[in-house]
Amino acid sequence: MPRYFTDEHEWIDVEGDSATVGITDYAQEQLGDIVFVELPDVGAMLDKGGDAAVVESVKAASDVYSPITGEVTEANGSLEDEPALVNSSPEEDGWFFRMTVGDKAEFEGLMDDKAYKAFVDNL
Amino acid sequence: MNAPNKSGWKPAMEAAEEGGVRGPVTTTGNRALMLEEPLLFEIGHAETTGVDLPPIGEGTSPRLGGFERSDPIGLVGLTEPETVRHYTRLSRQNYGIDLGFFPLGSCTMKHNPRLNEKLARLPGFADIHPLAPQSSVQGALEVIDELATWLKTLTGMPAVAMSPKAGAHGELCGILAIRAAHTAAGNPREVVLVPESAHGTNPATAAFAGYKVDNIPATPEGRVDVEALKARLGPDVAAVMITNPNTCGLFETDFRTIADAVHEVGGYVYCDGANFNAIVGRVRPGDLGVDAMHINLHKTFSTPHGGGGPGSGPVVFSEALAPFAPLPYVEKDATGELHIVEEENTDEEHQTFGRMTVFHGQMGMFTRALTYMLSHGADGLKQVAEDAVLNANYILRSLEDILHAPFADSGPCMHEALFGDKDFGGGLSTLDLAKGLIDEGYHPMTVYFPLVVHGAMLVEPTETESKASIDQFITAFRSVTERALAGDESLKQAPYYAPRRRLDETAAARKPRLTWETPEG
Amino acid sequence: MRYLPLTDTDRADMLAKVGASNIDDLFVDVPEVARLDGPIRDLPMHASEMAVERHMKRLAAKNLAAENTPFFLGAGAYRHHVPASVDTVIQRGEFLTAYTPYQPEIAQGTLQMLFEFQTQVARLYGCTVANASLYDGSTACWEAVAMATRVTKRKRAVLSGALHPHYAQVVKTMAQFTGDEIADSAPAIQTEPDLEGLTARIDDQTACVVVQYPDILGRISDLSKVAEAAHAKGALLVVVNTEPVALGAVKSPGEMGADIVVGEGQAIGVGLQFGGPYLGLFAVRDPKHVRQMPGRLCGETTDAEGKRGFVLTLSTREQHIRREKATSNICTNSGLCALAFSVHMTLLGEQGLRELAAENHRLACHAADRLEKVPGVRLLNRAFFNEFTLMLDGKPAREIVRNLADRGILGGVSLGRLYPGVKALEHALLVAVTETTTEDDIETLATELEALVKEPAQ
Repeated sequence: MPRYFTDEHEWIDVEGDSATVGITDYAQEQLGDIVFVELPDVGAMLDKGGDAAVVESVKAASDVYSPITGEVTEANGSLEDEPALVNSSPEEDGWFFRMTVGDKAEFEGLMDDKAYKAFVDNL
Repeated sequence: MNAPNKSGWKPAMEAAEEGGVRGPVTTTGNRALMLEEPLLFEIGHAETTGVDLPPIGEGTSPRLGGFERSDPIGLVGLTEPETVRHYTRLSRQNYGIDLGFFPLGSCTMKHNPRLNEKLARLPGFADIHPLAPQSSVQGALEVIDELATWLKTLTGMPAVAMSPKAGAHGELCGILAIRAAHTAAGNPREVVLVPESAHGTNPATAAFAGYKVDNIPATPEGRVDVEALKARLGPDVAAVMITNPNTCGLFETDFRTIADAVHEVGGYVYCDGANFNAIVGRVRPGDLGVDAMHINLHKTFSTPHGGGGPGSGPVVFSEALAPFAPLPYVEKDATGELHIVEEENTDEEHQTFGRMTVFHGQMGMFTRALTYMLSHGADGLKQVAEDAVLNANYILRSLEDILHAPFADSGPCMHEALFGDKDFGGGLSTLDLAKGLIDEGYHPMTVYFPLVVHGAMLVEPTETESKASIDQFITAFRSVTERALAGDESLKQAPYYAPRRRLDETAAARKPRLTWETPEG
Repeated sequence: MRYLPLTDTDRADMLAKVGASNIDDLFVDVPEVARLDGPIRDLPMHASEMAVERHMKRLAAKNLAAENTPFFLGAGAYRHHVPASVDTVIQRGEFLTAYTPYQPEIAQGTLQMLFEFQTQVARLYGCTVANASLYDGSTACWEAVAMATRVTKRKRAVLSGALHPHYAQVVKTMAQFTGDEIADSAPAIQTEPDLEGLTARIDDQTACVVVQYPDILGRISDLSKVAEAAHAKGALLVVVNTEPVALGAVKSPGEMGADIVVGEGQAIGVGLQFGGPYLGLFAVRDPKHVRQMPGRLCGETTDAEGKRGFVLTLSTREQHIRREKATSNICTNSGLCALAFSVHMTLLGEQGLRELAAENHRLACHAADRLEKVPGVRLLNRAFFNEFTLMLDGKPAREIVRNLADRGILGGVSLGRLYPGVKALEHALLVAVTETTTEDDIETLATELEALVKEPAQ
């Protein structure tokens, strides 16, 4: 199951025609204590690079962008009661939403694990 | 309660252990004059009241249409002595200008003269109805007209809209007038240019009015990058919104050049007047090519901030925008009588964009502001700006050797001095320094604004501080800064002496508790 | 000058410290074109406290204060007796001269007060959450419409014809810029509000329907019918209240199914003040809508030692963080007016508010009965709280109001002033009666009205 990264610090796991999206450990560390996550509605159509979700700390609200184009199939309801999951388990339990995968070519511009690590090290 | 205002500060606990006497833990949780106060809902009762109404007279049967409220409302009452004590105790957990120096940048926390308060309470001003027949409120209309004259004269602008309720409401008024003017000319246009150092209300306002917001960068000197701005100008630009003096505390030297360039492409110039206190009586924005500017009466003209409003934000307009001003407004008729124009007119001179509020604006603030202006006069207001600017420069030059002052070489500052958190040790931040100042008995400066400076600290002393007061502040500020530079860990826990230690804002936001819930059982 | 502590010696010392030879050196960045050679002309020079007081008192004396006359004005601003201790509290410097509580450790007074205020407003309105206040009822009304469009993701608002016309104008003014569609109408002169007509205008594109309660003619509607109709189409019910004292007598909007309740809080603690500053109240029934609310919110938390304390919270909704994506551009609340409201409400308590409401209603019933007996005067309302509509024979009501004022009586608000040019409304007069109205005042109004309605229209 390949995992890709964006330069906006989203990760995306791809499994066949479906993908799971969240924000990276680096991103949650930059944001600090997460207090609220606004998730997209199931059925919403997302564009690659378009607004998908909002993640909020006490003093900041950051947009989360969709890494690819597709339709939202599921949102992580447990973030509603426990936004802290994004801090404690950003790349597993703290996932944001699942979506359909349309054009696989869209993965080409994204980074793999190694490239993202190098990218972050350079920030 | 507050630490002595001298350098050589030590955290409370250590001081006690070094030979100070530590007092007992009290049964009440109070410490002499430091008094805890429960919530109203923990001490009040549904059946208690602090108001004696006249005995209810003989009634006819109610005519409420069958909608009587029968369930308990859930309110509680206190008698008058309990009420006065409850709020007096609460008040003592607040910092105010009356207590001490309040150098909150961009907020102009100057002394609030009590004559203003006294006169605003005259029944002839406070006890009149906004829809009273106009013949019965000519004095009120005169206040509005006289204040309008002051504002127009001080800014060198031909018109003013008095109804906006606060600075942000005034901004909205200005931008809506600009949009209406463009629309009347056939095209509302698409973009408003806002410098990146702008107050958050600027982009919020422009976006509300349906404009796309484009940010304009600042130069390393802390001013608008004129070349970048000119390069962005075009027929799609509806307006620029520029704060002058700007949020870095500097006068925008090229303002006139910018204004001319904007006018050249048919755009309008909105000036955020939040920092008018630096130039009042000395510079007229009208001479700089401004088309619209709001004036925060609660900043420059000393009406009280009241713990967060009410404010008041009249907007002055150029000839080009004046016809689009909102309803209602006060006009003099041929006989010299003042009257309120409440109805839409369709002639050339009156193409109002509409109405922003139910009545005529913040009358209670108008009486206070006019009282203040009359007290100071044209000469006094000029002195206000000069003393405010002198105080800020004095602070800048007294701290720049120890604290990073990013624009110290950009010339004199206006009425506020800007610093950054460069070189703080031990992971300490601007927030820690601010909290350290609380222990020294000060309200901290504005922190983390403007966004263009890392760990920004914006210090605005205003003109109503004495030199002794400012000197003492500088001493305290230097002392806390030294601790921050040295990485003094104890700052991370500050404040020690305030009514509360640092509050858990994360918990508050994760599980919001926004009203009192009566405990079960 | 009495507000300027620096002495000339101080100024000289400080100029030396900053390396300036004179004050003009500090203004070198002001371009030549904008430099003035002295104090701005055409304005007076500074004046003594005594002189200023004389000037302002002269202006105040030109106004007819409500306390000196029979007074019956309402239409969104109501005159109630404010206990003396309210003003004592709000003049305490720690409240009066404080800023927005951004440093919560030294602002617990303001914050705890706001938490109590939010609770009072929520309970009064029958809601779960209220904010820390907005500018006034009319701007709160617009904010409610804007919030409804965010929640429902629809762009159409239906306004009741019996919503205060100036509130409707504020909404329409703002909507021209946001592109929202506003459907409204003038009120029909009839005994009962036209709820069928209103609900018929709700469709599946409607974000909200806005109803005033009691309405601009003083009538009391069955909100639950409107709530049902709105909810059936997926729209929200926004209820506007301009007289909070009424809610000590009639069912709360929340109880009757309102989703957002907004209003003017001026009647409690704030006073008339010629229209401002006033107090915008804003509450929601469903807590899940909280993050779509505009304005400041105060929340409970604990400090580092575990003590209960309060902070401004959920501020990521606001302009200083969200900038162009904020829920509103509002940057303040109406703090001191909220304090006045809260202190007055604390003095009243549940018991006092109910008694106050009962006395208002009793006197209003008495006034309606008396005035209805005047030949040429007809009472429109079947139900009302402390304000009702009279239909007058003879001259337009606007003229009658002016004639009454010439005789030293502030006899009400003519609908002709609120709806200029609307022929059907020009004989309607709104009359408000509160606990400050005496039976003698009512008698005086009745007598003078009797004479005036007999005079033929010109």
